[in-house]
Amino acid sequence: MGRKLLTENINVPGIQSLSVYRHQGGYETLKKAVGMTSEAIVEEVKKSGLRGRGGAGFPTGLKWSFLAKPEGVPRHLVCNADESEPGTFKDRYMMERIPHLLIEGMIIGSFALGANSSYIYIRGEMMYVLHILQRAIDEAYEAGFLGKNILGSGFDFDLYVHCGAGAYICGEETALIESLEGKRGNPRIKPPFPAIKGLWERPTVVNNVESIMAVVPIIKMGGDEYAKIGIGKSTGTKLISACGHINKPGVYEIEMGIPVEEFIYSDEYCGGIRNGKELKAVVAGGSSVPVLPKSLILNLANGEPRLMSYESLSEGGFATGTMLGSGGFILMDEDTSIVKNLWTFTRFYHHESCGQCSPCREGTGWMEKLLHKILDGHGTLSDVDLLWEIQSKIEGKTICPLGDAAAWPVASAIRHFRHEFEEYVTNPQNIKKDHHYYRVNNISPEFA
Amino acid sequence: MSADKEIKFSDDAYALVQKIIKRYPEGKQKSALIPVLHIAQAEFSGWLSAPVMDYVASLLSIASIEVYEVASFYTMFNLKPVGKCVIEVCRTGPCWLMGAEDLVKYLEKKLNIKDGETTADGMFTLKTAECLASCGTAPMMQIGETYHESLTLNKVDQILDDCRATVTEPISHWSKKEI
Amino acid sequence: MPKVTIDGHSIEVPDGTTILQAARMIGGDIVPPAMCYYSTLKTSGGYCRTCIVKVTKGSEKDPRPMPKPVASCRTTVMDGMEVQNTMAPDLQEARKGVVEFLLINHPLDCPICDQAGECHLQDLSYQHGLAKSRYEFKRREFEKIDIGDKIKLHMSRCILCYRCVKVADQVCDSRSHGVINRGDVAEISTYIEKALDSEFSGNVIDVCPVGALTDRTFRFKSRVWFTKPVDAHRNCTKCSGKTVLWMSGDDVLRVSARKDKYGEVEDWICNDCRFEKKSARDWTIEGPRHIDRKSVISANHYEKKKSLKIDVSNQSKIEERAHNPK
Repeated sequence: MGRKLLTENINVPGIQSLSVYRHQGGYETLKKAVGMTSEAIVEEVKKSGLRGRGGAGFPTGLKWSFLAKPEGVPRHLVCNADESEPGTFKDRYMMERIPHLLIEGMIIGSFALGANSSYIYIRGEMMYVLHILQRAIDEAYEAGFLGKNILGSGFDFDLYVHCGAGAYICGEETALIESLEGKRGNPRIKPPFPAIKGLWERPTVVNNVESIMAVVPIIKMGGDEYAKIGIGKSTGTKLISACGHINKPGVYEIEMGIPVEEFIYSDEYCGGIRNGKELKAVVAGGSSVPVLPKSLILNLANGEPRLMSYESLSEGGFATGTMLGSGGFILMDEDTSIVKNLWTFTRFYHHESCGQCSPCREGTGWMEKLLHKILDGHGTLSDVDLLWEIQSKIEGKTICPLGDAAAWPVASAIRHFRHEFEEYVTNPQNIKKDHHYYRVNNISPEFA
Repeated sequence: MSADKEIKFSDDAYALVQKIIKRYPEGKQKSALIPVLHIAQAEFSGWLSAPVMDYVASLLSIASIEVYEVASFYTMFNLKPVGKCVIEVCRTGPCWLMGAEDLVKYLEKKLNIKDGETTADGMFTLKTAECLASCGTAPMMQIGETYHESLTLNKVDQILDDCRATVTEPISHWSKKEI
Repeated sequence: MPKVTIDGHSIEVPDGTTILQAARMIGGDIVPPAMCYYSTLKTSGGYCRTCIVKVTKGSEKDPRPMPKPVASCRTTVMDGMEVQNTMAPDLQEARKGVVEFLLINHPLDCPICDQAGECHLQDLSYQHGLAKSRYEFKRREFEKIDIGDKIKLHMSRCILCYRCVKVADQVCDSRSHGVINRGDVAEISTYIEKALDSEFSGNVIDVCPVGALTDRTFRFKSRVWFTKPVDAHRNCTKCSGKTVLWMSGDDVLRVSARKDKYGEVEDWICNDCRFEKKSARDWTIEGPRHIDRKSVISANHYEKKKSLKIDVSNQSKIEERAHNPK
């Protein structure tokens, strides 16, 4: 059993409430933190090697140290709880079950950054989670963990929850800031970065839910101790949300560095592929990252086992590797149509493109239409080449990473499963019959 | 909502709006726009008409176009009338792997409407949604603020029956609790 | 003053200058095309991606190249920066991709578009585009809308450069139009049909790089290259009164603001000057308008014979190609 830093108490009955959370040692770390200097807290986070858990993997301590601190200008910590990356459901799971961990992390983080008011931006669809957080915040105010002069430290701090209203793009930090300002979720053109000019033009740090939660155990145990867990530059534990054709879908906290094979097949985690089927492909870090066939997700190109870490998952570059991303692990069994699964992803990016910059606005829709044509049995081999060409013209040309996120799944599917596209093109009659050749879960056969 | 009815928040909703505005620095009241639109949608039959959006604009002292721009950007805001229960079915990859496509087909057949349409009795509107972060409990759908997860056809039947039996007023995402 | 080198040409520029501005200071072919950037509109630029360039050296201090092409209109020059535009074939290829994206949903209705001849998208696709579209699906279509009695909105042609929105924000006293919806169905709109009520709203026509916003008082009156542009002015209490009259004989067919070689308005003009003063008697005519643009708009130009020659030689090349396809 790996160590659990975030989910240790997740199954304690009533852990949602302040009293039970405190009974389990909750808010003790806050007491320790307010006795430290803000620089010391940032230093511990730096030492921990914590990397942004939202997907980009940027070192959190470094991000904190970039925050501008001009005299007389308020600063903000904003929690990115806009979890919308397909395959990712860890933040919702955590906020729903142990909201005070996020609040404790927000207070410690804001204290370290010198932010006197901070916001949790939660996606609008999770309104019921917002209510859970709001209740927890109210409790924390009553107990004196929020408000004026927290724990006698002289630190005044207000925490608010703010909801979105349905836009994946608001998970991009500058789009999130725009949305929090009551605008369309259009990503900003950088620079300036939020650390200099963020929310209301003030210096701002935007961190993922899991990153902020991880600050609590880091301060509790010390950055050095935290960094001992994991492997190389992938320190600590990571929440992985596993879904698809596995026996035990769910959220798992892993120590970085366990073998991918163990994660997929051991009963402690995914419990293997369900119904005795073979694994076909895996999207390891949310829909944006390259899909890999079974052989390449379990082992590196040189045959060594692939590990659950930032470095090992990206080993081999995009030719044979992928990314850890947000930790959204999507597993597909042997009956899955890669092309059709890809189409749902491409439709997603088309639907979620904000429309600001031309390659993404126009390219995502074009790719979706081409994939639909191929799925309908009207595709040609040159359509597959065109698809490749379009994704390459989107990648790296857009304002924000949504363009890359739309391009990579297409590129990787063609790279590793080109034969499947060709099958759709050359033998449409075979495919048509079995068009939806995934097995339907729990749904009666008449609709299969 | 009848055409001649005055567009005005209930006292409770109005008080909440004022409370929300105070969460943002002075002069940044526009930040309250999205939460206030959620409340407006709940207050006015589950959708945002142009007069309702103009009313929100006046409450926040911003131009009407700033509200239209935002309301039309986010998928949770309905700019056309909807049924009492808006069913939002996740259709993205992870749910698709678990049969979301058939779930949509089943609902379309059962309710005799297509994606985006409302039943003749005004009870249900069917919408497909993109990933709702419920991939481990796929397939799923959302009605109001409630996530219905790990669905089976029997469960879906049960949910629809429950809606018919209990829902008299439109259900919105904002359930008139604290926001 | 930071020094930047673009396609081998070096220049020292004031702090805060963007790559695009620096390129324009150097001038010539190395200037990247720009469809959404507008130097006098704050926060413009960055959307269309046509002005992307390759930064092969970040700065003297940090010489690493930038990993992706950057929008030259929104990237500030650093001392020692080295930039490639026309010199980098892969960048040219990338720009071709951007042009293709801008065109896939464009109706290509130039024969019936009032903007033809002075359309920046036309120029862009001529210079950087593919001869044939690879897009085979139905193009996006919107209804034509009258926003007031003077301005026509032809959304199908729009490339969402946001310039008109920024004019409303920064030049007019209020804004009643904006971008609604999102993704590839995003559109410029007033949402509920209404006129743009501002004395300066007509400037949205001048900043529009394509034929999405056109002057209803000029609609279908003439192809622009058949008109004769003259500089003119009048005493106006609202604006500078400095305009260009687009004339046919003694008739004033259209009044526009004066634009520089990048198509940018020099002085915003009011709606009175633009729409209401359509008689030559309203104006003091200064003389022929010098138009310094490689475009059809200059083709029939009587003021500058040299550019006419260039255009004719280009034209003969096109004809030659048309008659002798490879």
